[in-house]
Amino acid sequence: MMLGTFGGLRRAGVLGLNCRNGDYTLKYNQRRFYPLVDDKVLCKQRLKERGLPVPDLIAVVEFNRQTSHLEELVGDQREFVIKPANGSGGNGILVITDRKADYFLDSDSKLVLKEDLAHHLTNVIGGLYSLGGQPDVAMIESLVHFDPQFGQLTYHGVPDIRVIVFKGYPVMSMTRLPTRMSHGKANLHQGAIGAGIELANGVTFGGVSGNSLVEIHPDTGHRIAGFTIPNWDRIMSMAAQCYEAVELGYLGVDIVLDRDLGPLILELNARPGLNIQLANRSGLRSRLDAVEALGSRHELPEQRVQWSRRTFGDLRAAPMAAAPA
Amino acid sequence: MTRSRQWVVLSFLLLLLGGLLFAYKVVVLGFPPLPHSTGEQWIIQARLEIHPLEGPVRASLILPSRAPGFMLTDENFISRGFGLTLEEDLFRRQADWAIRRLRESKILYYRATVIRDTLDRRFADTPEFPAAPVLEEPWAAALKDIVEGVRAESADIESFTAEVLDRLNDPAPSENIRLFLSETDSPLERAELVQTLLAGAHIPTLLIHGILLGRDVQNAALKIMLAVHNGDKWLLFDPQTGRPGKPDNFLIWYRGEEELATISGARLEDLQISVKQRMGSALDMAALRTQLKDSLIGRISVLELPVQTQSVYEVLLLVPFGILVIVILRNFVGFTSFGTFAPVLIALAFRETELVKGILLFIMIVSMGLLFRFYLERLRLLLVPRLAAVVTIVVLLMTAISIVSDQIGTETGLSVSLFPMVIISMVIERMSVVWEERGGAKAIREGLGTLAIAALAYLFMSLDILAYWVTVFPEVNLVVLGLIIALGRYTGFRLNELSRFRQLAAGAPKS
Repeated sequence: MMLGTFGGLRRAGVLGLNCRNGDYTLKYNQRRFYPLVDDKVLCKQRLKERGLPVPDLIAVVEFNRQTSHLEELVGDQREFVIKPANGSGGNGILVITDRKADYFLDSDSKLVLKEDLAHHLTNVIGGLYSLGGQPDVAMIESLVHFDPQFGQLTYHGVPDIRVIVFKGYPVMSMTRLPTRMSHGKANLHQGAIGAGIELANGVTFGGVSGNSLVEIHPDTGHRIAGFTIPNWDRIMSMAAQCYEAVELGYLGVDIVLDRDLGPLILELNARPGLNIQLANRSGLRSRLDAVEALGSRHELPEQRVQWSRRTFGDLRAAPMAAAPA
Repeated sequence: MTRSRQWVVLSFLLLLLGGLLFAYKVVVLGFPPLPHSTGEQWIIQARLEIHPLEGPVRASLILPSRAPGFMLTDENFISRGFGLTLEEDLFRRQADWAIRRLRESKILYYRATVIRDTLDRRFADTPEFPAAPVLEEPWAAALKDIVEGVRAESADIESFTAEVLDRLNDPAPSENIRLFLSETDSPLERAELVQTLLAGAHIPTLLIHGILLGRDVQNAALKIMLAVHNGDKWLLFDPQTGRPGKPDNFLIWYRGEEELATISGARLEDLQISVKQRMGSALDMAALRTQLKDSLIGRISVLELPVQTQSVYEVLLLVPFGILVIVILRNFVGFTSFGTFAPVLIALAFRETELVKGILLFIMIVSMGLLFRFYLERLRLLLVPRLAAVVTIVVLLMTAISIVSDQIGTETGLSVSLFPMVIISMVIERMSVVWEERGGAKAIREGLGTLAIAALAYLFMSLDILAYWVTVFPEVNLVVLGLIIALGRYTGFRLNELSRFRQLAAGAPKS
């Protein structure tokens, strides 16, 4: 039985964690480029230099004494997001959506006192959420107002779009829809729903929650499939351009749609998760193989996007065609 | 060679090197591959009783030397008043006792311990071809007949010798044979007869004197064997029975046609050889052999270190095995734990506490520590002081548990002091973070996962044979390293991914 599943996963071209680490991230992502994505402050800077849109940086908190002068840091911003610059998996992200005289409100409309905020900042600086537990800096950036078109598919949070870019070619994509369970966060392992997106036209199909398939958003009651992501051309082009920006061969690009600013790159990930395969109901392996088969062609981002949309748009219709025998 | 395939070679070389060192120690140096093995050893003793005649007394005794299959150790001589000198050649050793004046009977002793050796050494030089014996008639004609007859029925020196012995042992020997047999009655004469017959065919022979090592014998007789050189090596035959080969427990004492002891100025009243068998640790004997051979590889063993250091390495050398378990559980099964190697350190603590008590103590400390940690959260301490506070609390908890358990009169709580407190503090810290971010259920599940890995690593590391191997054969860790490197290139699915992605597998067409 177990061996059967083993073979089944292999035939379906599913990418496992060992394989992603051994054959892709270790092979295509050079260690020296990691800081560019692991450090969100650096990453934001680099993307900005390249002319790629990102949410505005309000402040960087490096020292504990800064935390007692919140006013100086955030000015009169009523809403902002605090992130550990070297955080991972969405840990340590605090979203402030409103501000009263003495306190703030988070995305669940829960009360956040100034002291709470300062304590959170010191935790971040102390390295509680950083990858190796090393001291970190806290990044305060402006809150993204998600595109209202997404309203029917999200609960209290900003849905984002994850694109896996391999050697500059977008290979798979999904949108992550916050739920009540995920506390408004767009992280799959915290309970958000992932829904696969057709690369060719930006249309979603059914999603997953945890490891099980879902058709309807549990909090809004809307059908997940059949939704057309706005600005899809722009999103694909931005994702492909990230390859030139950080030079990582195997990359996860997280993009949000802002009501006013359009698509913004939220962060990049050098070790993107594997659940995207569940959301797409197909394995990554065959698509990665197709890109590897191209060899080293030097194409412009737009050409790569065209190739991907052409190639993987068809792959969904016959996903097994390119699977390794 | 491409870099991507280097790991195969490296891993293979490490496995091979570790395996070869292990095999060398087992096969050549005779280290027992399993713990608690015992082996035989013998104490042999030659006892010479001499009665003075007149003038200075000299007593010579040929000592065992270069015996294939055996080694001598702990040799000593008891001979008060006598001067002792040793003559030593490659294949012959002799002890000479001398005294200017001896008034009364005296007993001289030679004693040695014999252990088995794994080497089958050469025990004599390559000889010259002997001249054909010059005999009178009718023996000369009989010898000629016998040699011709045997030659017709044999292919080489080995079969020639066997055939000669066969004919001698025939219950109804031929007339020629009878002619020779009629003149022999002692085993020595019998052996010399065989020598004569073989010399007729220019086959080099050598008389071998030795004893059979078996159970205790008070008065062991020297047994005579015949060594026959086939141009390449010496072959042994029993001239009495004709059986070829050296009996497994035959200790060669000396070679040639001399007497075991020669005395001048005194009379040899009695010469007794006795054998005592003892069982001993096979490991000790292997260590002894290593020492006698001065083998460098044999000295690669923790047993050569000072005792205190030994006990440290007995533990340290087990760590790679625990880590191997972790590699397998994480990369093959898909377990997650707090801290990559924390479970190994916890498992080491279990060695002192025993498993069940260890788990209970661990749960006790971690849950109490967590309660304190939740309280500390409210104080909003900075990260490092908070961690420091948790470590301090863990130390206090450990002390409290020990004191309480001592008061109650159980010793269980005392071993808690061996828990790695910093590691436990980190487990508490990370668990509390997971608790707040992902909920208590997730935190407890990961905590139990850590404990489960620790328990498995402990069970593996407490295998008797591993503890024995790492001390006697530290090179097994090269094998572990080779395995870890090989596992490091395993890019297949983890067991938990089978269930995680099972829906995708279900959609795949059967090939």
